[in-house]
Amino acid sequence: MSEINLPAAAEPVDPVGLKALGIAAAIAVLLAAPFLASEYWINAIIVPFLILSLAGLGLNLLTGYAGQLSLGAGAFMMVGAYATFSLQLRVPDLPLPLALVVAGLIAGAVGLLFGIPSTRIKGFYLIVSTLAAQFFFEWLFLKFPWFYNGNSSATIALSRGLSFFGLEANTPHGRYYLTLGIVALLTLLSFNLIRGQTGRNWMAIRDMDTAAAVIGVPVFRAKLQAFAVSSFILGIAGALWAFAYLGSASVQSFGLTRSYQILFIIIIGGLGTIRGAYFGAAFVSLLPLALDWLFQHVFGGHVDAGLLQNIQKAIFGLLIIWFLIKEPEGLARLLGLQRAQGARRRLFPS
Amino acid sequence: MNMFLETLIGGLLAGTMYSLVAIGFVLIYKASGVFNYAQGSLLLFGALTFVTLTDQGVPALGAIAVTIALLIVTAIAIEKLLLRPLTNRSPMTLFMATLGLSYVVEGVAQGIMGSQVRALNLGIDDLPIFLGDIMISQFDLIAAGVALAIVVVLSLLFNRTRIGIQLRGVADDTRAALSLGIDINRIWQIVWAVAGLVGLVAGLLWGARQGVQFSLSLVVLKALPVLIIGGFTSIPGAIVGGLIVGAGESLAETYIGPYLGGGITPWFAYVLALVFLFIRPAGLFGERQIERV
Repeated sequence: MSEINLPAAAEPVDPVGLKALGIAAAIAVLLAAPFLASEYWINAIIVPFLILSLAGLGLNLLTGYAGQLSLGAGAFMMVGAYATFSLQLRVPDLPLPLALVVAGLIAGAVGLLFGIPSTRIKGFYLIVSTLAAQFFFEWLFLKFPWFYNGNSSATIALSRGLSFFGLEANTPHGRYYLTLGIVALLTLLSFNLIRGQTGRNWMAIRDMDTAAAVIGVPVFRAKLQAFAVSSFILGIAGALWAFAYLGSASVQSFGLTRSYQILFIIIIGGLGTIRGAYFGAAFVSLLPLALDWLFQHVFGGHVDAGLLQNIQKAIFGLLIIWFLIKEPEGLARLLGLQRAQGARRRLFPS
Repeated sequence: MNMFLETLIGGLLAGTMYSLVAIGFVLIYKASGVFNYAQGSLLLFGALTFVTLTDQGVPALGAIAVTIALLIVTAIAIEKLLLRPLTNRSPMTLFMATLGLSYVVEGVAQGIMGSQVRALNLGIDDLPIFLGDIMISQFDLIAAGVALAIVVVLSLLFNRTRIGIQLRGVADDTRAALSLGIDINRIWQIVWAVAGLVGLVAGLLWGARQGVQFSLSLVVLKALPVLIIGGFTSIPGAIVGGLIVGAGESLAETYIGPYLGGGITPWFAYVLALVFLFIRPAGLFGERQIERV
């Protein structure tokens, strides 16, 4: 038997509970954020950032953890948003949080349906299934007025706003806390899924599904689970995007561009990491602001808006390529947060 | 019956245009295993360059020459800056890199040459021709002829020239080709340039149809179901797939569309592709992969 010398993973010394203190500080900052930032920041940057993080998280479970490439994130967000709208309109007794859950379940069921082909086809062939979802729902929700209640502009908005259990969430602060609460809950859920048997199965399939099947991972079930859970989260993110951020949404709010944006978030943030979704979303939300600021200051605002958009697009593409070449594991790795790696190592004692 | 035939023929001819886009994909996929999402933006880039040059008063031949030169330079740059650093990465990573590449190409092309719709006149009149009672668009007929010519040229290139044989070697077994001393980087440059040229032809034909603008790059989304049906690795597959999608789309729009409220073309091809996938997971002509642990 050969002797294997693995350096013992050194636990950082934490005599005064620095970690606990850090978490407490982070929670305090999150709760106090509305009183620290201006209304503009809350409305236009922080809330969409949180929702995009949630969407990234949802897609990351499917693409980053289970390895199933999806170009249809927007479709499942769309389903969630339109389902919430329908439920609030047609089942007025259902309180908003429950409506969100049911809408998420509907999106999950739709995701399951479009995930079925994944059991037979894989890799690139699979993006057809998710793109089919994307185009089909864009058509469906525009074609049949029932889905947007015959509104003349074909948009959806909640007539009663975001109120539930006698609480008003229509103010910027209300929307922020509602979003934060949901995002926190779903992040916790994802963490636990990933650390359990489900997450293990997904990662085994991602790394090599034939091998996973050989060692007894229920590939069929696990893939469908990934589609369902991912779409559930995406659906809720879509509902939040429509009603907590935009206020009124249409099919265009969840077009192909949105799907790509979510995919870019997880590529830049880090595939197969929970925190990657947050880093990616932060990056995607802040980059346009930074570029705007840069062009304002360098060229004194003389840049044509269309040109600016194209420059942004090119820079975005370059960054994607750069990340893929230099740091395939994304910002999550770049920022040196390696705890998940350590945790994974400890789970397989030598 | 006449209406059926007319719809069918119109669809088949439109399908050759899809095939043309799909062939560019197949070339690159065969030689480098990259699913090149940027094919659509390269197509837009080619057509846009041509239109911009002719708008500036450059004669058509000169404009074509400059565009081709630019496409070749682009192919070399892509190989050096994107493919080489990403050698041996997973196909998924390469795909996402081409997604990024499509953003760069679109951003740069439109940033320099503008994003408004440009009319492109190739001097082909879109006149209807009557074959008995059946009406056929002359433009579609010529486009189909061009597609056919490209296929013939490509198959000659693949089968008769030294470069073509090297190309097939690389496509067959990259490692074996390397050990025989084939310069794989040069092969990649050539393939990307050829795919760019095929894209230019497709871009000009599509551009003459619907104007040169951003939406031209979205024809990749049309070509995807074509590839799925035909298989990623087969040029005949791309052609058959294009014909099936073209005919299927136009028949479905005419005969099934009215029951669903119309406008089903954007997703019909995808559903068709999914049906085919369930029957043949590697497409009609694709190579079935044997998986080993």
